[in-house]
Amino acid sequence: MSKLRTLYDKIWDDHLVNTSEDGSSLIYIDRHLIHEVTSPQAFEGLRMTNRKVRCPEKTLAVVDHNIPTTDRKLGIKDEESRIQIEALAKNCAEFGIEYFNELDIRQGICHVVGPEQGFTLPGTTIMCGDSHTATHGAFGALAMGIGTSEVEHILATQTLIQRKAKNFKVIVRGKTPYGITAKDIILSIIGEIGTGGGTGSVIEYTGNAITDLSMEGRMTVCNMSIEGGARAGLIGPDDITFEYLKGRPRSPKGDDYKRAVDYWMALNTDKDAFFDREIILDVESLPPVVTWGTSPEDVVSVNGIVPDPNDIDDLDRRNSKLTALKYMGLEPGTKITDIKLDKIFIGSCTNGRIEDLREVAKVVKGKHVNENLNAMIVPGSGLVKEQAIQEGLDKIFIESGFEWREPGCSMCLAMNPDKLQPKERCASTSNRNFEGRQGFKGRTHLVSPAMAAAAAIAGHFTDVRELDQ
Amino acid sequence: MEKFETTTAVTAVLREINIDTDKIIPKQYLKTIQRTGLGKGLFSELRYNDDGTDNKDFILNQPSTKNVEILIAGDNFGCGSSREHAPWALLDYGIKIIISTSFADIFYGNCFKNGMLPIVLDSDQVNLLMDDAGRGANAKLRINLEDQEIATSDGLIINFEIDKFLKHCLLNGLDDIDLTLEKANKIESYEKKIENDRPWV
Repeated sequence: MSKLRTLYDKIWDDHLVNTSEDGSSLIYIDRHLIHEVTSPQAFEGLRMTNRKVRCPEKTLAVVDHNIPTTDRKLGIKDEESRIQIEALAKNCAEFGIEYFNELDIRQGICHVVGPEQGFTLPGTTIMCGDSHTATHGAFGALAMGIGTSEVEHILATQTLIQRKAKNFKVIVRGKTPYGITAKDIILSIIGEIGTGGGTGSVIEYTGNAITDLSMEGRMTVCNMSIEGGARAGLIGPDDITFEYLKGRPRSPKGDDYKRAVDYWMALNTDKDAFFDREIILDVESLPPVVTWGTSPEDVVSVNGIVPDPNDIDDLDRRNSKLTALKYMGLEPGTKITDIKLDKIFIGSCTNGRIEDLREVAKVVKGKHVNENLNAMIVPGSGLVKEQAIQEGLDKIFIESGFEWREPGCSMCLAMNPDKLQPKERCASTSNRNFEGRQGFKGRTHLVSPAMAAAAAIAGHFTDVRELDQ
Repeated sequence: MEKFETTTAVTAVLREINIDTDKIIPKQYLKTIQRTGLGKGLFSELRYNDDGTDNKDFILNQPSTKNVEILIAGDNFGCGSSREHAPWALLDYGIKIIISTSFADIFYGNCFKNGMLPIVLDSDQVNLLMDDAGRGANAKLRINLEDQEIATSDGLIINFEIDKFLKHCLLNGLDDIDLTLEKANKIESYEKKIENDRPWV
């Protein structure tokens, strides 16, 4: 094909099963992840229509959203959660789908588990009934969140009906300064484009600040694409990607691996390929950031102040931000570093991987969590937890006064018992600060793991760059 | 799925922008294994007071919006999570048409899977319809998908755009899975090709 193409164009072309006259396309889905919350109604649909799962081996199930993060052997007290989890186990058994249950060391948040197992591969299409599926785009896979009807559609047909999205390039350039992480980069991008800025687009993140990132950092960036409205985010596969995948349980082996790498390399965006939109972010001037409001776009420097919504011209936007400020219990002009915290949550599919835990350990080693707050670390998977224990990180966390939990989504969405109480204020490494997200009337500030760790020690936000090294 | 019929119905307005799916249906309602019964949780944190009584100030608790079928909302409606519980909750409550200046992609797609119609208009048109709906219980809208027309009670007509395929599915109440299974031979030949070209997948 002579036309210059983007990474998204190439993956799309290689997965086209059919294009109809009306412009809708049928694309093949290579990989499908399911969990307990958005799959029960899909299986029920299959039963009602007497349909089978077309390719059970292409779906992997894991329990994550509402599982308690306390001792698993004690069982699940909440009856509704238990029913949902039992339904997943039963559905997987009935339809022949592999399932990592709560006692399996491979269990964890589906977006941590997929990459860890080598289930996530470059150039594949990966779907899951969860909007943070974009995480897998870090490998150069086309990964999108879908609704339950689409989960059912994939189970029955291994395809999805889609219309092609636009190509949106985000160039992040410069050398990333000390104390600035992938989380600060993606929050700054969302602050720039707004929560609806990527709607209708697939974002490709490029530039040396992106290629300098580890796979963990790249996953953090792609994970939050949906917070900028984009259903998928992509990063071109390179040696860092291939190195990560080598030897994973489901990665290709031997000659297949070599052939795969050749194919993966060729997927990268052609020089001068067309993008519908481009923006540039210079990373060298970025500060560590904190969100002040109830949308991930409400981003401000840790050394800044709570902005005054009355400065916004657009009436609907102004009202929205005034509501956010009231909900958050903040006054315009308050210094971010003067905001005191009640809870710290470190974990989630955004920041629950081993590198995130290492960052936290570096900051808190030999120090103690502030006596006025409660701090919790929830590893992204059983394997992340095991790795942390091997590196002795668990001891650092426990000695510093953190709670060290079992893996799951936990207080990122508070479907399990880990919740904020009304008006409790939390520095969280998760991805959403929506009203009520971490508990009814709870107040969430999104930050990087290093910033959350620094805040845990100080009791309020503090610039992680100013701590002793 | 039921066919989408032309309807004349009561309209409610939520001016707020960026209404996310957590706000449409908070997580405590997601612990269900069914599609139905979610209407009670719709906008629950806005709709109910802390003691569980109705918040009289909320638009859906006002007498004028009884039997509401159409919601006009601020920009970027349905952002956030992919939970299909959001359209299920709206539908269970009786709302099957939503009008806004834009919708989040996943929410937009989820609506069609449930026979619901999200309509995108420009901001002048949305503002006009919001003002119109504010005039009370008689301010109904007539939504005609076939002709892609919205008619106000004053007889004003606004046209809207919609994807041909999605329109066809809604009007005929088609099930996507059935449509796709008609192409089973194409899926099979794709799978055979991939076994050769990309055996590691």
